[in-house]
Amino acid sequence: MSASPLSLDLSRKPRAGERVVIGLLALCAVVSIATTVGIIAVLIFEAIEFFREVSFFKFFTGTKWQPLGDDAGDYGVLPLLGGTAMIGFGALCVGLPLGLATAIYLAEYASPRVRAILKPTLELLAGVPTVVIGFFALNFITPSLLRPVFGEDRVFIFNAASGAVAVGLMILPLIASISEDALRAVPQSLREASYGLGATKRVTALRVVVPAALSGIAASVILGLSRAVGETMAVTIAAGNTPRLTVNFFDSIQTLTAAIAQTVSGEASAGSARYLALFALGATLFVLTLGMNMISNIIIRRFRQEYQ
Amino acid sequence: MTAPATAASAGGSARTARGVTRGATRSRASVVFDIVFSVALFVGTIIGIVALALLLWTIYDRGWDRLADDPIAFLQNFVSRRANRAGIKAALWGSIWLMGLVALFCVPIGVGAALYLEEFAPKNRLTTFVEANIANLAGVPSVVYGLLGLGVFVRFMRLGPTLLAGALTLALMSLPVIIIAGREAIRAVPQSIRLGAYGLGATKWQAARSLVLPAALPGILTGTILALSRAIGETAPLLVVGASVAIFQTPQGLGDRFSALPILIFDWTQRPQQAFAVAAAAAIIVLLAVLLAMNAVAIFLRNRYSTRW
Repeated sequence: MSASPLSLDLSRKPRAGERVVIGLLALCAVVSIATTVGIIAVLIFEAIEFFREVSFFKFFTGTKWQPLGDDAGDYGVLPLLGGTAMIGFGALCVGLPLGLATAIYLAEYASPRVRAILKPTLELLAGVPTVVIGFFALNFITPSLLRPVFGEDRVFIFNAASGAVAVGLMILPLIASISEDALRAVPQSLREASYGLGATKRVTALRVVVPAALSGIAASVILGLSRAVGETMAVTIAAGNTPRLTVNFFDSIQTLTAAIAQTVSGEASAGSARYLALFALGATLFVLTLGMNMISNIIIRRFRQEYQ
Repeated sequence: MTAPATAASAGGSARTARGVTRGATRSRASVVFDIVFSVALFVGTIIGIVALALLLWTIYDRGWDRLADDPIAFLQNFVSRRANRAGIKAALWGSIWLMGLVALFCVPIGVGAALYLEEFAPKNRLTTFVEANIANLAGVPSVVYGLLGLGVFVRFMRLGPTLLAGALTLALMSLPVIIIAGREAIRAVPQSIRLGAYGLGATKWQAARSLVLPAALPGILTGTILALSRAIGETAPLLVVGASVAIFQTPQGLGDRFSALPILIFDWTQRPQQAFAVAAAAAIIVLLAVLLAMNAVAIFLRNRYSTRW
């Protein structure tokens, strides 16, 4: 009964059997809570097991990620965090300007007819499976785009740049769509006031509409970054599996997610440090993305209230 | 562009002479900037679409000949060490099974949860918490769902890396998306329909079952199919749960080990031999065809059955 203008409940009282049905429906909603509890429980329990073998401090300050065998080796997460940060930063460098340009174009410039063509086409891009984007990065972005431009010998076949471009293309539709909603939510009166003062369309868009929608745009960017950080397949395929601390985008790196994918492909035996490390990595990833999603949600909620 | 420019000079002339000249020069420069700006926006928009076109072209260019050469063998052969003999049979059937099972698990629970939250849930803290929780679950990276499946279904419940474990994992991943889509569809049914039913002496459940749910069904179906098409393209959770490539039979039951199209594509993409990249591209064409067909059905349902209130 959401959004009802009436606070009165006008329905007849539920019959006995209906209470059972409603109870069952409520149970369906509870599945989502059980999922959250399950995720948190699995991550925490297995991560605790992991930190019995590898110290918490060593995990977060270690600069070397090199599991050997089942239990030996180095478990320092910093190279993986570095790789994830590179992908996140690089993806934003691609996705933010393109996504924002798309949002401004669709919200302020495009005729309804052009918009009706462009918007569904961009949604198609959002629907392409990530493993396919990874294939594209490895078989097109690196050999046909990065190598001809930056030089064959400088660009390694697996490189952070191709992964970042691929992930940037993936988050582009997300940033564009949420930013466009934010731009459209800006009241028409603000635009007309700007035109009335003699501003052109460009000045109105850049000085009035974009600043008014800034919180929504910021939310979309944080959400896009969160998506980029959690992306697995494209970076596993394109950016390589070499955990290292570097800032060279043409080098092979490894992200948090790629390390998880690599470990499970290698069939680590259950209970070993290498297996348990999966969950420590997963917990780190979960906390990072959850934090970003929550910040983004808070910003969106605030900006909704602005013009009501 | 003419209307604001006229307004600018009109506004300027009412002020000082200096204001007029400044306004005039600025408007001439700004005409150039305006054009540059709108062209830049258009180019930025087009780049995304060009990227999509390049992606499709790359895959068509690499994989079409391999697929068109002998499509029946490609669909009917199992994997092989020799790339030109390898086929996708186990992976294709694995994906079809997964899709069916995920739909079976997700649709009743997702629709039930959406119906409860929209129609029956009291407005209290618990409901708010459940809603926030669903929104957060929708943002959890898919690979983390894989870890949930590995910890709970594969190890704790001792299902092993089976079809059932994979399907349950994908179902939990898709559930928040289906609930959110279902709630939107249910919310779009106008209040007057419910009030009319109540006026005739209906209970909430009678109104929900006989009127609200049928009216919302096209929207629910569309959202569900889109969520399923996302699930079917997912690789990471299945990889973590333990889907494998070396499967030489189609699944016979829930307890079988399984393969899936994205898993196979991932494996072939990673191999150094060029012939496997070609096979991967051919498998991608099959996957994209399945996804396109599902999206077409969703669009058809939306256009055919959607009601405007």
